[in-house]
Amino acid sequence: MSANHDSTTLLEVRGLTKIFGTLTACDHVDLNIAKGEIHALLGENGAGKSTLVKMLFGSLEPNSGEIFWNGQPVRIASPGAAKKLGIGMVFQHFSLFEALTAAENIALSLDDGSPISSIAAKARALSYSYGLPLDPESLVGDLSVGERQRIEIIRCLLQTPQLIILDEPTSVLTPQEADKLFETLERLRSEGKSILYISHRLEEVKRICDRATVLRHGKVVGHCNPRQETASSLARMMVGNEVKAVVRAPAEGIETAPALLDIRALTRKPATPFSIPLKNINLRVRAGEVIGIAGVAGNGQGEFFESVSGEVLQQDAGSVRIRGKDAGGLTITGRRLMGAAFVPEERLGHGAAPRMKLSENLLLSRHATDGKAFVGSGGMVKSGAVYSASQRIIEAMDVRKSAPDPEAAALSGGNLQKFIVGRELDRRPSVMVVNQPTWGVDAGAAAHIRQALIELARSGSAVLVISQDLDELFEISDAIAVMHNGELSKPLPIAEATFEKIGLLMGGAEPGHAEHTLETA
Amino acid sequence: MMRLELVKRPQRSMLFSALSPFIAFGLTIVAGAIMFALLGVNPLSAFRIYFIEPISQVWQLHELAIKAAPLILIAVGLSVCFKANIWNIGAEGQFVLGAIVGSIIPVFFPQFEGPLVLPLMLLLGMVGGAAYAAIPALLKTRFGTNEILTSLMLVYVAQLFLDWLVRGPWRDPQGHGFPQTIQFNDSGILPELMPDAGRANWGFIFALLAAVAIWILMSRMLKGFEVRVLGSSPRAGRFAGFGLNRMVFFAFLLSGALAGLAGISEVSGAIGQLQPVISPGYGFTAIIVAFLGRLNPLGIVAAGLVLALTYLGGEAVQSALGISDKVARVFQGMLLFFVLGCDTLIHYRIRLIGLAAPKLEAAPKLKEAR
Repeated sequence: MSANHDSTTLLEVRGLTKIFGTLTACDHVDLNIAKGEIHALLGENGAGKSTLVKMLFGSLEPNSGEIFWNGQPVRIASPGAAKKLGIGMVFQHFSLFEALTAAENIALSLDDGSPISSIAAKARALSYSYGLPLDPESLVGDLSVGERQRIEIIRCLLQTPQLIILDEPTSVLTPQEADKLFETLERLRSEGKSILYISHRLEEVKRICDRATVLRHGKVVGHCNPRQETASSLARMMVGNEVKAVVRAPAEGIETAPALLDIRALTRKPATPFSIPLKNINLRVRAGEVIGIAGVAGNGQGEFFESVSGEVLQQDAGSVRIRGKDAGGLTITGRRLMGAAFVPEERLGHGAAPRMKLSENLLLSRHATDGKAFVGSGGMVKSGAVYSASQRIIEAMDVRKSAPDPEAAALSGGNLQKFIVGRELDRRPSVMVVNQPTWGVDAGAAAHIRQALIELARSGSAVLVISQDLDELFEISDAIAVMHNGELSKPLPIAEATFEKIGLLMGGAEPGHAEHTLETA
Repeated sequence: MMRLELVKRPQRSMLFSALSPFIAFGLTIVAGAIMFALLGVNPLSAFRIYFIEPISQVWQLHELAIKAAPLILIAVGLSVCFKANIWNIGAEGQFVLGAIVGSIIPVFFPQFEGPLVLPLMLLLGMVGGAAYAAIPALLKTRFGTNEILTSLMLVYVAQLFLDWLVRGPWRDPQGHGFPQTIQFNDSGILPELMPDAGRANWGFIFALLAAVAIWILMSRMLKGFEVRVLGSSPRAGRFAGFGLNRMVFFAFLLSGALAGLAGISEVSGAIGQLQPVISPGYGFTAIIVAFLGRLNPLGIVAAGLVLALTYLGGEAVQSALGISDKVARVFQGMLLFFVLGCDTLIHYRIRLIGLAAPKLEAAPKLKEAR
C-alpha cells in the first residue's frame, strides 16, 4: 500500500492491531476506503469486524497501527473525536430511549443545545429527502425496528459525516425495508459520501458494494470486487474452506402424521409495557416436519418461545398440547418429561449458566428427564455419569474447547451453541423448539446444526425453528409461518414460499392469506 | 476533575481469589496497628494481648469453640442464602426466636426431665428460627418486598420481644426481680464435651456437622446445584425448571433453622437461661464469617474461629489495657471491609479518568471486551 496520499482516498488504515488478553482480535489490518464508495467489510462472527470498526469510531483504542484521514495521520480517542473528523456510525443494537420521541432521542446525541423543534424540522426534511420518512414526534416505543433504525441513520446524517459505518443494518429489516435502505445508500454514494458496510450477507454485498475487504480470524485475507465474485467464492474467503451444503430430503407422509406439537388459540397479555401480546396463535407441527417461524426481531418471538417452553404458563391448558396431551398448565420440566426439548435464543445466562462447567450445564436442562441416570438416591448428583454424557455430546457435535470441562463462558458462541443444541438432540426429543438456532454461529457450525435439526425431524420428531435468518429457514423448513406483531400467519409450504411472499408477511400484510395445504389434508 | 471507574478484568486470578481472605486479614492487622498506636498503646503488645494470649491455654481454646460455634452454624446457613443471591440479614433475630421457642419446654415444664428434653428443645429451636425466617420469605415472594430490609427490621422486633418476655411473663418469680427466666433443669442443659478441660459444649460439634452437611449439599447434590444456578443466572435457572420462589423459602428456612439451632444451643449451653441479651451480635458477625470463608462451609469453619478470636481479644484488651471492647466490632468491620474490597479488586480494576484527554497508550480499554 502506498504511503503517498492519493486524493481519492478518504480513510487509510495500516497495520491496526488490537489485543484482548491472549486473543488478537485484529492483527495488522490494512483497509483503504475511497471517497464515494460503498466498501464492504466481510467476515464471520468473531473475525474482528466489530473490533475494527470500534477502533475507527474511537470506542476502542488500538494497540498499534496507524489511521490516516484525508492523508493526515489521526488518533481517534473517542466517539466524539470520530464525529468531529466526520465519521458517523449506525450500530447493530440501537441505543434509543423508548419513552422519548424520535426528535428527543436525536437531540440527546447532538448535545449542541439547539431547540427540539428545529431539530425535529431538520430531521423531518432530511428523512424525506433521503427516502426514509420519519415522524420526529412519534414515541420510539411505538415504532417498528425498521423505523427505529431510520432514527439512528438520520441521527448520524445530521452530523454530516464523510464516512458512515453501518453494522449489519439489514439483520433487523424485512426484504422490502432493506431495498429502501439500499436506495438511500446509493443516493449517499452519489453525493460523494463513503460507506463502510459490515455484513455477512453475501447477496446484498454483491448487490450494493463496490469493493470488499474480507477478514478471517482478525487478519485481512483479501480485497476484492464483490460484483466479480460469486456468493460461494466470497463464503470461501470468509470461512477458509468449502462449507458443506445442508441436505434436506423430502418429507414423506407428513400429511397423515400425528401433530406432536399443537398450539391452539394461544393468547398472552403483554407482561411489560414494551412487550408484545400474543394474539390467537394456532400452529401444528407434525412428526417428521420442520416448521420455520420467520419475522422481524421483536414481534413476539421471545414471548411465544417462553409460552411454548413453559417458562410462562398458560391459563388454558389446551392451548399448548404436546404429543396429544394438554401441556399449557405444565412447567418447563413437565413439558420436557412429555418429550419436548427447548433451545432459547440467548446462550449465556438463559440456555447456559456462564460460570458453570459444560457438564453442569448438561444437568441444567436434563436433571429431570434423565433423573435416573444423573441423580442418585437422596438427591446426590452422579457427576461421573454427567461428565461422560457431556463428553459424548462434545464429541458428537464437534465442540471445540480449551479444557476437558470448561466453563460455558469460555467457549466461543458457535461452540457453545453446538453444545446447547447437542444437549437436547442427545435426548432424541419428540418435539424440539429452537429459537435462533445459528445466531452468531460461524458458517461451518451453522451447517452442522441445521443438518442435525433436519435429521431429527426425519427420524420422526416435530421440529419448530424460530429464526430471523430467512436463508436459514428456506434451507431447512418444510413450511414457513411468519410472526408479526404477536400474530402468526398460516404456514406456507416451502414449495409455495418465496422471499417476496414471506417478506410481505414480515412487513405486516394480512396474515393467513395463504392456505396451508398440509393443514387441510 | 478526575473520576474513578471500575473496569471488569478479562479474567479472574485464581491465586488471588484464594489469597483474598489472607490479604484482607493482613490489611486488618496493619489498620489495627495504626488504631492501637492512635489510642496510645504499643501495637505489638496490644496484638499479643488481642490475638495470642486469649488462646494460649486449653480452657481458652474451649472458650474460643463456644464463641465460634454459633458463628459457624449461622454462617453456613447464610452461605446457602448468599450463594442463591438471597440476602438474609436477619439471622440475629432468627437466633433469638430459636432461643425463645426452644426455651418453652424448660420454662413452662421445669418438671419435665429425661433424655427427650434436649432433642425436643433443639428441634423447637430450629422450628422457631425457621418460622421467623419464613416471614421475610413470604413477604418477598408474595409482595416483592426487599428481604434485606424486612429481615433486618425483624431483628429488632425479636430482640424487643425477648426483652419483654424476660421482664414480664417469663420472668423467674424467685429471681429477686432480675430480668431472666428460671435456670433450666439439668436435662435442658447442653452437655460439655470435656468437662475437665473446659466449657466447650456440643454446640461446636453441631457446627462442624452442619458445615460438612452443607458442604455436601452444595457440592454434591442437585439441590445445591439449584442454589448455585439460581444465584448466578436466574434466567438459566428458570429455563432449568427451578422455581425462584421455592428457592427463597428453602434458603430462608434452612438458614433460619440453623440460626435457631445456634440460638437454643447458646442458651441451653453457655448461658443456661434466657436473659435480655443472649448474643453479642453473632447473627451479624456471621455475615462477615460467611464472606471471609468464601461462602464455602469448610472455609467458614476457619473464618468462624478467627472471628471468635476477635471477641475474646476484645475482652482481653479491655481488661488488660482498659480499651473499650468495642475494639472487637472495629476489627470485625475492618475485616469485612477489606475482604469485600479485595474481592472487588480481583474482579475489577480501578481506572482513573481525567476529563482531559487521557494518554494511556499502554492501557487498553477492556470494558468492551467480552
